[in-house]
Amino acid sequence: MLKRIVPALIWTAVGAAGVFALFTLATARGEKVNALWLVTAAVGVYLIGYRYYALFIAKRVLGLDPNRRTPAHRHNDGLDYVPTDKIVLFGHHFAAIAGAGPLVGPVLAAQMGYLPSALWLMSGVIFAGAVQDFLVLFISTRRDGRSLGDLIKTEMGAAAGLIAMVGILGIMVILLAVLGLVVVKALADSPWGSFTVFATLPIAVFMGLYGRYVRPGRIGDMSLIGFVLLLLSIAAGRFVAQSEVLGPLFTFKGETLAFMLIAYGFIASVLPVWLLLAPRDYLSTFLKIGTILSLALGICFVWPELKMPAVSRFIDGSGPVFAGSVFPFLFITIACGAVSGFHALVSSGTTPKMIGDETQIPFIGYGAMLMESMVAIMALIAASVLEPGVYFAMNSAPAVIGSTPDAVANVVSGWGFAITPQALADIAAQVGEKSILSRSGGAPTLAVGMAQILASAIGGSGAMSFWYHFAILFEALFILTTIDAGTRVARFMIQDLLGHFIPIFRNTRAIVPNLAATALAVTGWGWFLYQGVVDPLGGINSLWPLFGIANQMLAAIALTLCAVVLFRMKREAYAAVALAPAAWLYLCTLTAGFEKIFHPDPRIGFLAHAQRYADAQAKGQLLAPAKSALDMRRVIFNDYVDVSCAALFIALVVTMAAFGLIAMRQALRSETATTRETPDGLPELRTVAA
Amino acid sequence: MDCLNCGPLRLDISRLASKLREGARLMVGQPDYEIYVAHRGRSHPDEPVMSREQFFLDRQARRFGEGGSRALRCC
Repeated sequence: MLKRIVPALIWTAVGAAGVFALFTLATARGEKVNALWLVTAAVGVYLIGYRYYALFIAKRVLGLDPNRRTPAHRHNDGLDYVPTDKIVLFGHHFAAIAGAGPLVGPVLAAQMGYLPSALWLMSGVIFAGAVQDFLVLFISTRRDGRSLGDLIKTEMGAAAGLIAMVGILGIMVILLAVLGLVVVKALADSPWGSFTVFATLPIAVFMGLYGRYVRPGRIGDMSLIGFVLLLLSIAAGRFVAQSEVLGPLFTFKGETLAFMLIAYGFIASVLPVWLLLAPRDYLSTFLKIGTILSLALGICFVWPELKMPAVSRFIDGSGPVFAGSVFPFLFITIACGAVSGFHALVSSGTTPKMIGDETQIPFIGYGAMLMESMVAIMALIAASVLEPGVYFAMNSAPAVIGSTPDAVANVVSGWGFAITPQALADIAAQVGEKSILSRSGGAPTLAVGMAQILASAIGGSGAMSFWYHFAILFEALFILTTIDAGTRVARFMIQDLLGHFIPIFRNTRAIVPNLAATALAVTGWGWFLYQGVVDPLGGINSLWPLFGIANQMLAAIALTLCAVVLFRMKREAYAAVALAPAAWLYLCTLTAGFEKIFHPDPRIGFLAHAQRYADAQAKGQLLAPAKSALDMRRVIFNDYVDVSCAALFIALVVTMAAFGLIAMRQALRSETATTRETPDGLPELRTVAA
Repeated sequence: MDCLNCGPLRLDISRLASKLREGARLMVGQPDYEIYVAHRGRSHPDEPVMSREQFFLDRQARRFGEGGSRALRCC
């Protein structure tokens, strides 16, 4: 009896704490709320979601079977397929899903206040994001750990598989461009930041040589050496920035950085992996985990107050960070942390090949996503502990707020977020930068927020500049790793796709197809990156929504696959578990897609923006950033490319929904289950039977 | 109180450290070498086994190279 009552009491207490914290957040008006309430609310909601909803899906919806042999046992080779301890595997999976996304989206969405973002993060992850990761991991585990593209092909048909592959490639290209833009925005005109990020190249190459020739395979040694060198480079960066010779040498404009990044992406992705990519991957992975842990500890020790209002006036869609109202744009801006289609690729990648027992899937699939959502909540906290005036000065484009501290303070104070020019200059001096105005892209804002939290825990305000550059370096480091790993992945995808038409591209070892496909991949994301850098509204404004739409679109496709599989399992009674979040995502992506194309406000709609430039062109005027008639034509052309991109995504999503409906109808007509699971039992027995 | 660290809640430091190490290595795509050797010994006792260095390089190439196990990381 006691065994039943005690857990019930504990879960009731957890739930009550979460609800009470949520209530406090939602009803507090006019007074400052402590960030700990947000943490408590999130933890309470996540635990309840995990204990009840994930368990419901595991037992009722899927019927997980502890006795069923997983691919890790069936194909055990000691290499790719290995039954792995569930905690160890949780770490592996979490490290693969958590990247820059959950750190950037919530920072941008904070312009609407912290409450809308927090509510979407919590409800999104419980009912959509974690469910998607869990279901896809389950589906892939029951099918020998096959990839998302393969799964769609077998469950929904070859045409659906091919279309999904095009979609996945599209999201990769936009993702790499937008991540590149975050780095460029963080490093432009910042000699300290640029120097430390440049220093990571020789450091990584040194680690690579050490790990190949001096002490092969010693990841611990390598990473420790790299980490110490990184800290030294941050310290040295201060002197570089102050030096009259070196300072200007490391001061770059956005455009220059964009071209450097494009060249870097090409070179880095054709170099041998052990030289640069692998060692930097070690550094960035460990640094990422370490930084997330220290931010969590920092928040729990410092108990910072949220200075951003719960709901800001920009809820109406007129915000300077990104344009568009709460629906659909909040749900597009915060993708990672609430629901991220990209995770469907990770959940059908390496993780399903290492699951030792089906009943561990909820812990790894659902649990790791809850953890990522917690990271997003912390990013939201870091952005919300800043003075709102500082936040808006950092995240609005010069075209909106001006470019001198006086002008910026004037405009931002006029919005109701009082700030003095002196305060803006003081923050810049504290973090060791010339200016913090219009540093959009999320990373610098997060870095200032983190620096504030961490400096009040360790080092005091004197340490602000160190923590700021540490945070910038940490973000740039793993974004660069994603860029060259992602360029490689995009290259393989392009070769695979083109191979359907030009067979020579299939050969991934031949040098010419390799270079050609790499060049195509780099041109793709490089083009969007450059457009983002020269955009007078900051680029994030147009690029981040495209990325969000692409990412949520992929999630909608993955959840459709999950629903199809539930129908085929003859468990359509529970299909709403996947269909409801899929329907919500279809609604959001389609509305956002249409608004991005047709909205009459030129800040939102690409066509309206093109029209504005065409009108000016007809009158012979020039609009910034265009400096010539040729520039004007290019801006208009770019708008049409963005329109085509959004239209392509819409077409993709609608087609996939149609394929999904057809597959569900077929499954309904059948009397018996029609899933294509790998049958349980020994492979030898199956061969004999066949 | 002669024993500070025993009983059912005993903290096994060395086991914890080895799990942490295993987890950290798997995060960057390096599975456990001992498990691989044990598996080869059990399933393919007559075939050659990669040395620790070969195993490391093989896994490193696999993580970023071709085939189904390449590292897909999220945004």
